[in-house]
Amino acid sequence: MSQASGAADTKPRVSPINDPRVRSLVFQAMLVLVIGFAVFTAINNARENLQRQKIASGFGFWDNIAGFAISQTLIPYSEAVSSYGQAFWVGLLNTLLVAAIGIVLATLLGFVMGVARLSKNILVSGVARWYVEIVRNLPLLLQLLFWYNAVLKALPAVRDSMGLPFGSYLNQRGLFMPQPIAQPGFNFVIAAFFAGLLGAGLYARWARIRQERTGQQSPVLWVRLALVVGLPVLVFLATGAPLQFDFPSAGRFNISGGMVVQPEFLALLFGLVIYTGAFITEVVRAGILAVSHGQTEASYALGLRPNLTTRLIIIPQALRVIIPPLTSQYLNLTKNSSLAVFVGYPDLANVFTGTVLNQTGQAIEVVGVTMLVYLSISLGTSTLMNWYNSRKALVER
Amino acid sequence: MKKILVSAAAGALAALVSSVASAGTLDTVKQKGFVQCGANTGLAGFGQPDAQGNWTGLDVDTCRAIAAAIFNDPTKIKFTPLSAKDRFTALQSGEVDVLVRNTTWTISRDTSLGLNFTGVNYYDGQGFMVRKSLKVASALELGGASVCVQQGTTTELNLADYFRANKLELKSVTFATSDETLKAYEAGRCDAFTTDASGLYSERLRLSKPDEHMVLPEIISKEPLGPSVRHGDDQWFDIVKWTLYAQLTAEELGVTQANVDQMMKSENPDVKRLLGTEGKFGEAMGLPNDWGYRIIKHVGNYGEMFERTVGQGSPLKIARGLNALWTKGGLQYAPPIR
Repeated sequence: MSQASGAADTKPRVSPINDPRVRSLVFQAMLVLVIGFAVFTAINNARENLQRQKIASGFGFWDNIAGFAISQTLIPYSEAVSSYGQAFWVGLLNTLLVAAIGIVLATLLGFVMGVARLSKNILVSGVARWYVEIVRNLPLLLQLLFWYNAVLKALPAVRDSMGLPFGSYLNQRGLFMPQPIAQPGFNFVIAAFFAGLLGAGLYARWARIRQERTGQQSPVLWVRLALVVGLPVLVFLATGAPLQFDFPSAGRFNISGGMVVQPEFLALLFGLVIYTGAFITEVVRAGILAVSHGQTEASYALGLRPNLTTRLIIIPQALRVIIPPLTSQYLNLTKNSSLAVFVGYPDLANVFTGTVLNQTGQAIEVVGVTMLVYLSISLGTSTLMNWYNSRKALVER
Repeated sequence: MKKILVSAAAGALAALVSSVASAGTLDTVKQKGFVQCGANTGLAGFGQPDAQGNWTGLDVDTCRAIAAAIFNDPTKIKFTPLSAKDRFTALQSGEVDVLVRNTTWTISRDTSLGLNFTGVNYYDGQGFMVRKSLKVASALELGGASVCVQQGTTTELNLADYFRANKLELKSVTFATSDETLKAYEAGRCDAFTTDASGLYSERLRLSKPDEHMVLPEIISKEPLGPSVRHGDDQWFDIVKWTLYAQLTAEELGVTQANVDQMMKSENPDVKRLLGTEGKFGEAMGLPNDWGYRIIKHVGNYGEMFERTVGQGSPLKIARGLNALWTKGGLQYAPPIR
C-alpha cells in the first residue's frame, strides 16, 4: 500500500487485488486465523473432554507423595515423604548428569577420532573409519540395548565381585567405591583449590603479556599445575588430612555403603558417547579439511614446526567450521538421553513422563512440562555454544 | 473460492478433534463393525498373540465376549497391544473402546484417571520370584536386595510400601516393558523379580531355566484385575459389566458352551432370563435380548474361560483359588439377572 502511494510517479497504480504485497498479507492473515482457530479448538476440546470425563487436571499433583522408589538420586529422596515434584527434580538432575558427562566425553572421543581419521598411518585412519561407519549406521536404541546387555553379561555376579584397589568392587550391580566424607577443615582445601585456580589464571595472563613485550617464554604448564594441584594438596596435609572414607562392604544380597556407579548409567553413557562421538568425528574431520592446505604451507614457510602449526594455525581456523554442527550434536546427545528408560536409568523421561504420568494420569501437564524442560536445556546449550562461536568467529578488521 | 476451501478445512479439523466425544461408544462400535480392545503386549494366560497373530488369554476372551454380545461374532474385534505405561492414555483418548489388560482396580484410577472399572475378571495379588540358589524362604528376608520391577504399575508402589512397612532396605530398578524387566532379572541385575502372582507363574516359564527360580509364598497386596471403560458413557459401562456377569451367572447355573443350545429349552426361569428367552434385559442395554446366549455360545462361561486360558487346560495350571464362584468358597459373585 505504502509502495503504491510512494512510488506513484514511477509505477502504474494497481488495484489492491492485483498487488502482490496486499495479496500475500491477506493470505498470511488467513493462515494465521486458521491455525489460531485450530489451536483454540483443540485446547478447548481437550479441556471440555477432560471435564466431562472428570479426569483430574492442573498441577495439584505436584505436592502429593510420590510413593515409588528411584534407583539413583543425586538429591535426598525417599519414597515415604518425597513428592512428585521432588521426583521431577531427581529425574531432571539425572538427565543433566548423563548429558553433561556425555558431552565432555563425546567431544574428546570425537576430536581424537577425527584427527585419527586424517592420519597418514593406514591402521589408525582405518580404525577411525570403521568406527564411524559402523556406529553411525546403527540405530541408537539397538546400541544402548547391546551395551546394557553386554555390560551386564560381562561383569561378574554379585557373589564373585571383582576386588579393585582402594577398597572398590565391581560386579553386575555396578562399581562400588569408597565415599569420601568431608570432615571439618576440608573447606580450607576447597578454598585453596579455587585460590590456586585464580592464581593460575593471573600467572598465565602475566606470562602472555611478558612474552608479547619481551619475547621471553615462561614455564606456564608447570607453574599452573603446581598452583592448581600442589596448593590444595599442601593445605590438605597441613590441616591434618580432614577426609574420611565410607568403604563399601558385602551384605547378604548386595554391597552396601560407599558410592555406586550403576550399570544402567554406564550403559547409557557409553552408548551415547560412542554414538555421538562418531558424528563428532566427522564434524571434526570436515572442519580440519576445510582449512586450505595453503595455510599449512605458509606456516611451514614461516618456520613453524608441525605440532605448532596444528595448534596455532589449523585448529583455530577449523573450530569456526566445527562449532555450529558440534552444537547440534550436543543437542542430539541431550535429547537422545531420553532413551534411558529402555536400560532402566531413571532420567527425566523415565521417572516423570513414565511413572509420574502413569500414577497421576495427567498426560497433558506432565508431557507439557517435560517438553518445556528439554526445550530449555536445548536452548540453553545452543545459547552457550553461539556465544562461544561468536568469540571464535573471524574478526574482520 | 479459496476462503471456502480454507473454512471447509478448518471445519473438518474441528470435526476431527471433537469426533472422540460426540457419539456413544456402542453406536461407534456398531458403525465401525468391531470392538477395539486394549490388550497386553504379551502375558501368557491373559493376553498374548501367537505366531499367526491369534490372541489367546483370559483378558482377550473377556473382550471377545463383548464382541459376541454385540455382533454375535467373537472375531469382530481388534486388539491394541499396550504397555503398562501407555494403557490409560490409550483408553482416555478413545484409541481403544475397552481396556482389558490385567489392570488393577484402585480408587485413583477409578476417579481421577477418568476410568470406570466394570468388575473383576481375576483376583490377583503381588508376589516375588527369586533364584533358588539365594536360599531365601520369605519376602521378609529380602532386606537390601535389588528388585526388578515394571514401570507404571501398582506393583511399583506396593513394592515401596511393603519394604517400608517392614523396615527393609529396597534397591529397585525400573524398566519400561516387562521384557526388559525380566531380561535384567535373568542377567543377574536383581535378586528378585516382582509382579502379580499370576504374572510370576507365566513369566517364570519364559526364563531359560525355570527350575532354578521359585515364587515366594508372600502375597503382599490385593490386585483385583478387571476391564475398564471411559467415564461418561453409562450404556457402554453396563454392557461391559454385564457381559462378565453373564459368564459368571452361566457357570453358576451350569450353562456351558456345549449345552447352551439345549438350555434354550430349559424351564428354569434364571436360565431363561440369562439366555433371553424370557424378559427384555438386552434391550435395556441397546443389545438384542439373546445377548447372554451369544456370549456363552461363542466364548463359554467364566469357568470354561478360566480353565482354558490360565487353569488346568493351560500350561500355567493356576488353581481357581479366590477366583472360584462364591458358592465354592471363592470371591466371584454376580448380581442377579432379573
